[in-house]
Amino acid sequence: MRVTRSLLSDKNRRYLSQLAKSSPKWQSVVGLEVHAQIASESKLFSGAANKFSSPINSNVSLFDAATPGTLPVLNQRCVEAGVLTALSLNCRVNPVSYFDRKHYFYADMPSGYQITQQRAPLAENGHLEFHVFTPGVHKSPYKAHAKLKQLQLEQDSGKSLHDFDRSLVDLNRAGAPLMELVFEPDLADGEEAAALIKELVNILQRIQTCSCKMEEGAFRVDANVSVRRPGDPLGTRTEIKNIGSVRGVAGAIKYEIQRQIKVLEANGTVVNETRSWNPEKKETIAMRDKEIQQDYRYMPEPNLPPLHIVMGPIRGGGVNADEIKERIPELPEQTRQRLEQTFGIRQEHCIILVNDAGLLRLFEAAQIGRALSAQKLANFLINELYKTLHEMDLEASDVKFNPDYLGEIVELIEAGTINRPASEMVLRQLLEGNPDRPLQIVENNGWKQITDEAELRLLCRQVLQENEKGLKQYLGGKSKVFRAFMGAVYRKSNERADMKKCDTLLKEILGELSKRKVD
Amino acid sequence: MEKVLNTNIKNVFRLLTENVVTPKAVIETALSRVKQFENHNAFIAVTESQAKRGAERSQRRYDANQSLSELDGLPIVVKDNFCTKEVATTCASKMLENFRPTYNATVVERLESAGAVLLGKSNMDQFAMGSGTVDSIYGPSRNIWGYQDECNFHIAGGSSGGSSIAVATGMCYGAIGSDTGGSTRNPASYCGVVGLKPTYGLVSRWGLIPLVNSMDVPGVLARTVDDCVSILNAIAGFDPKDSTSLTKPYRKIRLPDGKNMSLKGLKVGVPVEYFSELLSPEVHEVWNEVANLLEAEGAEVRQVSMPNTEHSIVCYSILNQCEVASNMARYDGVEFGYRSDDNESTEKLFASSRSFGFNEVVRNRILTGNYFLLTRNYEKYFNKALKVRRLISNDFHDVWENVQILLTPTTLTTAPLYQDFIQKTNRDQCALQDYCTQPANMAGVPAVSIPIKLSSEGLPISVQLIGRNLSEPMLLAVAKYIEHVVSFPHFVNKLT
Repeated sequence: MRVTRSLLSDKNRRYLSQLAKSSPKWQSVVGLEVHAQIASESKLFSGAANKFSSPINSNVSLFDAATPGTLPVLNQRCVEAGVLTALSLNCRVNPVSYFDRKHYFYADMPSGYQITQQRAPLAENGHLEFHVFTPGVHKSPYKAHAKLKQLQLEQDSGKSLHDFDRSLVDLNRAGAPLMELVFEPDLADGEEAAALIKELVNILQRIQTCSCKMEEGAFRVDANVSVRRPGDPLGTRTEIKNIGSVRGVAGAIKYEIQRQIKVLEANGTVVNETRSWNPEKKETIAMRDKEIQQDYRYMPEPNLPPLHIVMGPIRGGGVNADEIKERIPELPEQTRQRLEQTFGIRQEHCIILVNDAGLLRLFEAAQIGRALSAQKLANFLINELYKTLHEMDLEASDVKFNPDYLGEIVELIEAGTINRPASEMVLRQLLEGNPDRPLQIVENNGWKQITDEAELRLLCRQVLQENEKGLKQYLGGKSKVFRAFMGAVYRKSNERADMKKCDTLLKEILGELSKRKVD
Repeated sequence: MEKVLNTNIKNVFRLLTENVVTPKAVIETALSRVKQFENHNAFIAVTESQAKRGAERSQRRYDANQSLSELDGLPIVVKDNFCTKEVATTCASKMLENFRPTYNATVVERLESAGAVLLGKSNMDQFAMGSGTVDSIYGPSRNIWGYQDECNFHIAGGSSGGSSIAVATGMCYGAIGSDTGGSTRNPASYCGVVGLKPTYGLVSRWGLIPLVNSMDVPGVLARTVDDCVSILNAIAGFDPKDSTSLTKPYRKIRLPDGKNMSLKGLKVGVPVEYFSELLSPEVHEVWNEVANLLEAEGAEVRQVSMPNTEHSIVCYSILNQCEVASNMARYDGVEFGYRSDDNESTEKLFASSRSFGFNEVVRNRILTGNYFLLTRNYEKYFNKALKVRRLISNDFHDVWENVQILLTPTTLTTAPLYQDFIQKTNRDQCALQDYCTQPANMAGVPAVSIPIKLSSEGLPISVQLIGRNLSEPMLLAVAKYIEHVVSFPHFVNKLT
């Protein structure tokens, strides 16, 4: 049967293109589980503060230490955050959900069980569309899709600190609120997983339910990876625990897929195990794991009544899903569409802008009160600003000067007042704290572009005079030398010459010279 | 002065208010009463110096005419599974032998703000797992009724045996117990006092070290129904710290005088399933007598059926052991409680702390509970037990269609002799002892045990009244009526 391209879904197309570009023998399947700490004032079931980097064991209530006789009281703010997150991820919120105890012994889990939602989670059946685009890996962006199986509320554990002859326990994190998000194994590789995580982080930061600071452990990713021959049932999976960065997600999964393929091609078997990602060595390592056969002996949590979420126009008491729905701000996908539709910005630029909240803020602020070409502003931010920030080891969120200055710089470029290299120098000054307006900086430093034709013509002639040998070569037919002349003109002008004009003028002069030679 | 201890709360409060007696005198007399009955091992700890300080504070309030409530300056005894700030709370276990909570249970907090003075922490079965107050690391409590010597005595019942003895002997007017399967009503019955298990959720569990969270309720022990009401009024009502506590505002109960009440038209059910073949003839007879009495006083007494009662004990046994396994998981020797020296590895520390810290009864229940909760067993045991629990609970719903109150025995017999009691395992004894009391915990409904008369051997025989949820005002009114008619010969009457 002939399959026409239009009949193929995005996913199939992706799949086929993958078969085409890599080994057609193997197909990888990836699923993610994310633990996101809820950005709440207090813990899930106690009044203790939910704060990172407090003095050890200072945010511990009696309940958090599992003191006998204490009872959990559900923090309504955490429920609201859970519902807001669930709705933002297109989930169905369960009108009634339950809490369960999951038992296992660990020194940093004082009660010997974790309160989680095993039987009926807060929400189910969500989905998320996102763009996969890693410059350098993908030529152009494509859309991918992942189903969110469930979202549940649960307690975090404390932390164990192991010394060589003793172990110490810090319970600051014990009982901190977590949302566990379980995604279906809908992803094809590490890049898709990283893109999903990026989109998720973006959403959670917008709705402010999680700081997503991976370095603080506020957002932790586990990945399930398996490979199979196309058409076969799913292969044995391994789980990579606690990956600490977005690039780590891509790297760890890529490594693990290749490792599993190697094992299978050597007629080995992949073992169902838990592995950890070593970001320095860039490899996954099997963890010593005695917990694989652990039976968690789940039991309903008897101290908490069922959690009811109100739907519809009922007011008073409890968490109302419809009220929360109204609080959802513009989400990343909507922003991308708005940028594309309102401003006509190229899709990959939309992706880049939306993936960096700091950059997007600058983009939107710089527009205000100026009739700028949005695409040109986007180009400037993604090229010149990013380049300068990168050189100075800064992030877009570190930009402290008035964003209107960015608009002014773009206008200066467009008006021909400065060239692009000069714009970067202005940026550098601003980032270093120069309080002047861009035009002022340009004038103070004499960075204005030379556009006067007479002046430029003189510059060109001088360069040719100083470069007799090159000129002879050029006139002898070596047209490559032209670029060397341009470079020389640029340097001679202290990088201020309008090179577009110089290009025309230089060609004109050279044309005259060669005509004179023939004559 | 001794007489003051044998009277009731209303009287003492009047005497205190009129300055006929002082809180200091009441507390000191109570402390000497504690010494007088030391042999009965009612206490794990007597908080003597604290009690004296409490009496002084109360004295100042009475001097300023600012008494806090009718409980101000009155001694109170609390079972040792309720957390008391800075006072050891052991659950009669090695595990918590040195546990000093930094907080008060809500019940304790409310009693203290009513001015009551903590006299001490009473003896119990380890972690309330038992029905005799014999499985305590501090030794068994000994019933005052039929007591011969430290080896020949009747059990007090349990697990709130210590609190029951304290009330029966007049060390205090009321005491706090806990009731999961009958632990307040059973010793009340054996010691000849009133024992109330309130509606689940009416009294906060914050600070009560749990046995079975979904059934535990703080219980009240007192010599009279009125005293029982005074204490309930002080401790009942919503507590935001306990998510299972009822939010409906609590209205203080005021009972009419026994003489002015009428039972006319009251529909009383006698459930046939409570006729166990192990029911002693004397208890059976008393049960009948009370039924006849109620009928004679104008109530409509009829037989009712609660067909799932017979499954209650086995169902309870499963749910109990599962929750025990879970609740006991926190005792690992890290944050609190007994910690063994074996710290070669975390696992060894856990294992040895737990195996030395718990007695055999507790360890057995943990093991069994964990077995029931295994994924492969969950449906077969735990979930099935939950379904049976629902059936038992439905029996109560159905029966309230026809009657307002149930009349049953509290225990099948009078208090057994200690030597006989310990012949059976803890498990078998619980199955036997909780037979009549346990179903009320399954359904969460309130129940009260009231002493009726003494057996031929001179041991108390009691009956139990069970009502629908939050029917305490009616339930206790009927109890008071019966109390008024039968005039049980209280132990303290012999002390005057």
